[in-house]
Amino acid sequence: MAEQGLSAENLAKAESIIACYPERRSALIPLCHLAQAQHGYLTNESMEDIAELVGCSPAEVRGTASFYDMLHTEPVGRYVFAVCTNIACMLAGAYEVLSHAEQHLGIRVGQTTHDGLFTLEEAECLAGCDKAVCVQVNHRFFGPIDSEAFDQLAHDLADGGLAGTVPPHGVLSRVNRSVGMPAKAHAAKAGGGAGGAANGGAANSATALEEAADAAATQAAGGATAGQGSAIGSGS
Amino acid sequence: MITDHPRIVTARMGHEDSYTLARYLATGGYEGLRKALGMTPEQVHDEVNAASLLGRGGAGFPAGRKWSMMREAPTTYLVVNGDESEPATFKDHLLIERVPHQIIEGTIIAAYATGAAAAFIFCRGEFALGLERLTQACNDAYQHGALGGEIFGSGYSLDLVIHPGAGAYICGEETALLESLEGKRGFPRIKPPYFPAAIGLYGQPTAVNNVETIANLPWIVLNTGAAFSALGEGSSAGTRLFALSGHVERPGWYEVEMSKTTFRDLIYDKSLGAGVRGGRELKAFIPGGVSAPWFFPEHLDMGLDQDAVGKAGSMLGSGSVVVMDETACPVRAAWRITRFFQRESCGECTPCREGSGWVEKILRRIEDGFGREEDLELLLDACDNIAPGLSWPPKQTTICVLGSSIPSSIVSGITRFRDEFLLHVKEGGCPFSADEVRHA
Repeated sequence: MAEQGLSAENLAKAESIIACYPERRSALIPLCHLAQAQHGYLTNESMEDIAELVGCSPAEVRGTASFYDMLHTEPVGRYVFAVCTNIACMLAGAYEVLSHAEQHLGIRVGQTTHDGLFTLEEAECLAGCDKAVCVQVNHRFFGPIDSEAFDQLAHDLADGGLAGTVPPHGVLSRVNRSVGMPAKAHAAKAGGGAGGAANGGAANSATALEEAADAAATQAAGGATAGQGSAIGSGS
Repeated sequence: MITDHPRIVTARMGHEDSYTLARYLATGGYEGLRKALGMTPEQVHDEVNAASLLGRGGAGFPAGRKWSMMREAPTTYLVVNGDESEPATFKDHLLIERVPHQIIEGTIIAAYATGAAAAFIFCRGEFALGLERLTQACNDAYQHGALGGEIFGSGYSLDLVIHPGAGAYICGEETALLESLEGKRGFPRIKPPYFPAAIGLYGQPTAVNNVETIANLPWIVLNTGAAFSALGEGSSAGTRLFALSGHVERPGWYEVEMSKTTFRDLIYDKSLGAGVRGGRELKAFIPGGVSAPWFFPEHLDMGLDQDAVGKAGSMLGSGSVVVMDETACPVRAAWRITRFFQRESCGECTPCREGSGWVEKILRRIEDGFGREEDLELLLDACDNIAPGLSWPPKQTTICVLGSSIPSSIVSGITRFRDEFLLHVKEGGCPFSADEVRHA
């Protein structure tokens, strides 16, 4: 089942993420996001890979991941609906929308449809209260959403109409860091003078500068983000 | 005009492409940083002290004073708290998506002033678009020479890391945030030390500032701290970004001058909230996130002033105002807020972990029509065990303030709307809604 772990490409990417931090363990959560982007959830094998990469046990990776709502240790649907029902959305009828979503999808909160397309979650406040009822699909915002708008959203997702806006579950940022840590390298060269990172991470820093090419690809992907117009960072 | 004041954090919001480097530079971006680099770190710190800038995350601690508490050490860090999760708060979300360069510029200025070896922006994981924009802005800032070695040809160098969260309200608490940034579960650290300025990230002195606090810094450096503190009144200096939601005609974000603007202005002024939805009666409003005790129509003429709101028994908190009209059920509102705390309690401390569950269950049975008259006293008694005395500010039995925030909505609801709570018991159900609350 080796193919259930991190791909060679992601293992390389993982090293460049780790290089950003003074201590390897700090990369644990970013690496969990990386693994979820590959598989849609955290497979046992990818948690083992992450443990080896950051220097802790697989149980510590699972124990940490299980604390966080966004990290899944079981498979979820390609599209995860998160319907906010917290105070502002509740006042706008969120529970009616959630009940409707259950009927429309034929599942209860926490379940996944048989075809593996949709998972339904009841979310805490998503910070989209000016557009209550606020719904996220794979952490992309939609709102205000009523029952009719929910049906339309589910329809558009199912027929691929939103494929450019909503990547499969697990893909968080489609823009990657394209720069290394030149200040850290600079400080190391200068003998760790004023403002120098004294935490022994400097040795990692040289690895990261080569990432620019892969950022160019993701920048292209960024252009399709959520109907927000031009490509992210078109100013550079 | 109440909206007749400089825009500090929302100046660029009129531009569709406000998040790009090109637009940022075309609107004076990174000029504050250039000016700061020509000053000494102490001079920058002095300007922030002169600005009387209160932290915009929730606790309202003076930003300049926070920096003064940094312990002397060879390595110190700056961490920007962008894990905005207090229910009904969406101002940092807006800033992250719309003006990521302004946050980055402010971060570099703060790192320069505090002598940080590296800076981290902890961005809430659910902000996928925000993470993309911040990451792109970070890449572009390096290309532009605003980050990395020898920033703008000065002797100052800084690396910045955009760090994604993974979904946990508790990570907004600064010591939990640091634990999370170290790759662990988000458990708040035992106090003392009370501030990460003493022992923070990797045990080193760390300044933790909120996104909006940081976004004010370029303006303060460019226009002076005195110009900032000339806005607002007394200790509530400057403008502040408020998130308005619930039963109002125009929910949204509004940057207003602190203290001089009142809750009535924010909720009713045509250029702001434009009144309660459908011309209905105002029943109650939450003045500063769901951790804050509720306010009522008699509080409308109070200014958006940290001290005044504190003296009146609540807080401006995270800068979010939730409006409830006459159709809102106080039991249901208190239940939903309590359910939030129950779900988000990290589980470290018994009063919070167990207490939140018990009061949530009692509120749910009242809302569902299975309550008893004595449940009201039972709720207050349980709350008293979580935050003894039920005073304001609350007393703590827990490591962090999540626990002591639980009683706010319950005590507000029972104190003000006792009759409506009892009506649920008498009628065997909610007089406002036919639906049962969810048993999830």
